[in-house]
Amino acid sequence: MSNSRENILAAINANKPAPVELPEIPLFERKGDLVNVFIGALEFIGATSVKVTSLSEVDEYLESLQQAGTRLVNTIAELNGYNINAYKKANASELEALDTAFIKGRVGVAENGAIWVSESDMVNRLFPFICRKLVLVINAKDIVYNMHEAYRRIQVDEDGYGTFIAGPSKTADIEQSLVVGAHGPLELKVFIVS
Amino acid sequence: MSQPATHHNKAAAAFLKNGQRAQWHDETLWFVRAKRDKAAHQIPEWEALRNLGSQIKEHTLSNLDEYLLQFEANAKKNGIKVHWANNAAEHNQIVYEILLHHNAVNVVKSKSMLTEECGLNHYLAERKISVVDTDLGEYIVQLRNEPPSHIVLPAIHLKKEDVSNTFHKHLHTEKNNQDPVYLTRAARQVLRKKFITADAAITGVNFAVAETGGIVVCTNEGNADLGVHANKVHIACMGFEKIIPRAQDLSVFLRLLARSATGQPITTYSSHFHRPKAGQEMHIVLVNNGRTEQLGREAFRNSLKCIRCAACFNTCPVYRRSGGHSYHNSVAGPIGSILAPNLDMRKNADLPFASTLCGSCTNVCPVKINIHEQLWSWRQVLMAEGYGGSAKKASMKLMTGVLSKPAVYRLSTGMARFFMRYLPFLVNNRLNPWYKQRDMPSAPKESFKDWYKKNRNHE
Amino acid sequence: MKVGLFIPCYVDQFYPQVAVATLELLERYGCEVHYPLKQTCCGQPMANSGFASMAGGCDKNFIANFSGYEYIVCPSGSCALHIKEHLHSAEEPNAAATIRERIYELTEFITDVLKLEGVKASFPHKVGLHVSCHGQRMLHLSSMSEKVEKPFSKAEALLSTVDGLELFRTSRADECCGFGGTFCVTEEAVSVSMGNTRIKEHLANGVHYITGGDMSCLMHLEGLLKRQKIDIKVIHLAEILNTQ
Repeated sequence: MSNSRENILAAINANKPAPVELPEIPLFERKGDLVNVFIGALEFIGATSVKVTSLSEVDEYLESLQQAGTRLVNTIAELNGYNINAYKKANASELEALDTAFIKGRVGVAENGAIWVSESDMVNRLFPFICRKLVLVINAKDIVYNMHEAYRRIQVDEDGYGTFIAGPSKTADIEQSLVVGAHGPLELKVFIVS
Repeated sequence: MSQPATHHNKAAAAFLKNGQRAQWHDETLWFVRAKRDKAAHQIPEWEALRNLGSQIKEHTLSNLDEYLLQFEANAKKNGIKVHWANNAAEHNQIVYEILLHHNAVNVVKSKSMLTEECGLNHYLAERKISVVDTDLGEYIVQLRNEPPSHIVLPAIHLKKEDVSNTFHKHLHTEKNNQDPVYLTRAARQVLRKKFITADAAITGVNFAVAETGGIVVCTNEGNADLGVHANKVHIACMGFEKIIPRAQDLSVFLRLLARSATGQPITTYSSHFHRPKAGQEMHIVLVNNGRTEQLGREAFRNSLKCIRCAACFNTCPVYRRSGGHSYHNSVAGPIGSILAPNLDMRKNADLPFASTLCGSCTNVCPVKINIHEQLWSWRQVLMAEGYGGSAKKASMKLMTGVLSKPAVYRLSTGMARFFMRYLPFLVNNRLNPWYKQRDMPSAPKESFKDWYKKNRNHE
Repeated sequence: MKVGLFIPCYVDQFYPQVAVATLELLERYGCEVHYPLKQTCCGQPMANSGFASMAGGCDKNFIANFSGYEYIVCPSGSCALHIKEHLHSAEEPNAAATIRERIYELTEFITDVLKLEGVKASFPHKVGLHVSCHGQRMLHLSSMSEKVEKPFSKAEALLSTVDGLELFRTSRADECCGFGGTFCVTEEAVSVSMGNTRIKEHLANGVHYITGGDMSCLMHLEGLLKRQKIDIKVIHLAEILNTQ
């Protein structure tokens, strides 16, 4: 509304408290085997993880899905079967039948199992949400301990959209019974490449 | 002027009538609180994080206008359209006009307490726009035509048999199939179609970052993302206090939020929206609706630090035993009880009294809002403004009059009698609520004062 | 050490034995204890009902009674807290400030001022401790389950030195009992439900006594116990610490 902006800003200016300083945020660093902490966190949030030493192991998995006739999209150029063109322009109703999406994770957070996935890697913002099974591939060296380090590694507005994904979609809205697989993926599998 | 709602105590008593259900509600929410404790105790710097969260929010409040301007400028640069609404009506009108412009009649909405506060669903329904709440809990209560009873667990007042019946009626699920997995999958089928066939998506906002001009929305179900990404219009509605200065501040709040809310280390999705996707329009509505007034109330302004985690709900022994609907406000629980009087003192004068002032809320709060002190302070304001009724005031006056004057107090012919008459919880009268389920303390043969005069008097 | 004894009004009237135990205990530890006879009430019931503005008379009377004591000791966390937080006087601001600094809850006084590490008392019974909220969360007489802090409890430390006493913790160790001043009548149903949860947990432990530092919580629990004819007695901490 035309005057509301000015009215709100004026009222805030008149009513706001005396200045309070903005604190610096420490890193709260923790040493240790981050990969194992990360794997433990993934398990806790209902994701499965596989440690691999090369991408060829991910390729093998991907091929096994293809052979089984799975409808999948692979947005990772380093893997075999990179096929974004088939789905890039697809709308939601066309994507509804998508089974599996392979997407690169940028940064993993050991403490909570969250993985930062940015729009340029997911290609289509719908991929990580509309598929039944999401496969994220992350380098072991991109695992940090906590969110403070993670935010130092990422640029949140580098792409128009980015998200921390921590496990498969879930809900406990019926009597607090945990149900894995709400509206998004029913499954999350994470390949950790060292 | 509004009328007072059903007093919390009456609604609470009604809630407690179903003893088993009430006990389940209490125990289930206590379990959530216990999960929160476990999650917090895994972070050695938990108290330091609470301090940081609190300081960042206090700093933001003290520079709120500048940060909102910074946010607006950056959001616009990002191609987002920013709107300002001074009250609920303006908010609803803005949302309606955007939808009208796009000929949108089917809207999917992820959780937004602000749109509850503004009564958006009802407003749009009157204008032939259908809004489907896509968070499972909200979807359940929407089908039942009820408001959410909890800001994080909207359907926590219901049992699986209730959900089963509701879904059987509306979604034609098998009668009496109460399996949560079955029921969740059924909703998934229906809602996936809604996401895909909708014309627009509305979301709430957990955080808005001034320095980058983007917003963060946290869900476990993925419903906000599915709705937004599947649609050409995204409208994000937020109370303006959701603003934070820097992207790195998110690291503090995202460590605190889910742990405080449900004991999860983080929500499944913490989605950062900075620019609309190709071919999409993105709108953000910044809403006041009484927040500037609350900002001006020195004793109450830091309630605006709230990040809506509901930890204070889960820990509150009164909330757990009275249910969210007894608070007759879009935000229930202890935090709701200090927010609601700002919106309407007459209607909500009972809420600050729906507490024992035990202080648990203040100490679970991840941003250190002094909730119990504000409850106490609201009581003072509400009584000073005359919302206590004249009888209450008169009896208090009489009581303080006597207690201020030791001579009169002594003359009240036997203190026990005085107390039995005036100390509210000890009125010796079978109509007194104390006596309904509790015995009176037995009167001793002499007071301590009398004993002291006999045994120790140095005077 | 000159101590002014502040006895909550309802303790004076209904639980004189708690006041006697507090007095005798302090005397045993070498304090010179006075009970100012013109004390009435701290004003908390009015303040918590939203009428702190009317508590000026109570404040004035409190200041008149308790000025000049080195320490003021009270066997109630709640009443001590009220004085500490809300005693004010426009005419005598310094006197009010001094009293706010000098007021102590009993276990706090024993632990922090007298610095006693143990007591010579004997109470060979199964006892459950009721942690009162004002003492715990506002006076910090013990750590709280909400916070990530080192566990401690001034009351438990003292009770652990009592001969024969077997202490039992409840699963929700520091949940409020639901007394809450006027809350116990204005929100009768919730108040009773809260009290019953506490009792249920103590019953599960098989205790014979519930003790605590605030007689108001105990009075509420006692009312429920008696009505339900449950064979658990309430007893103030001072009474246990004063057993010989």
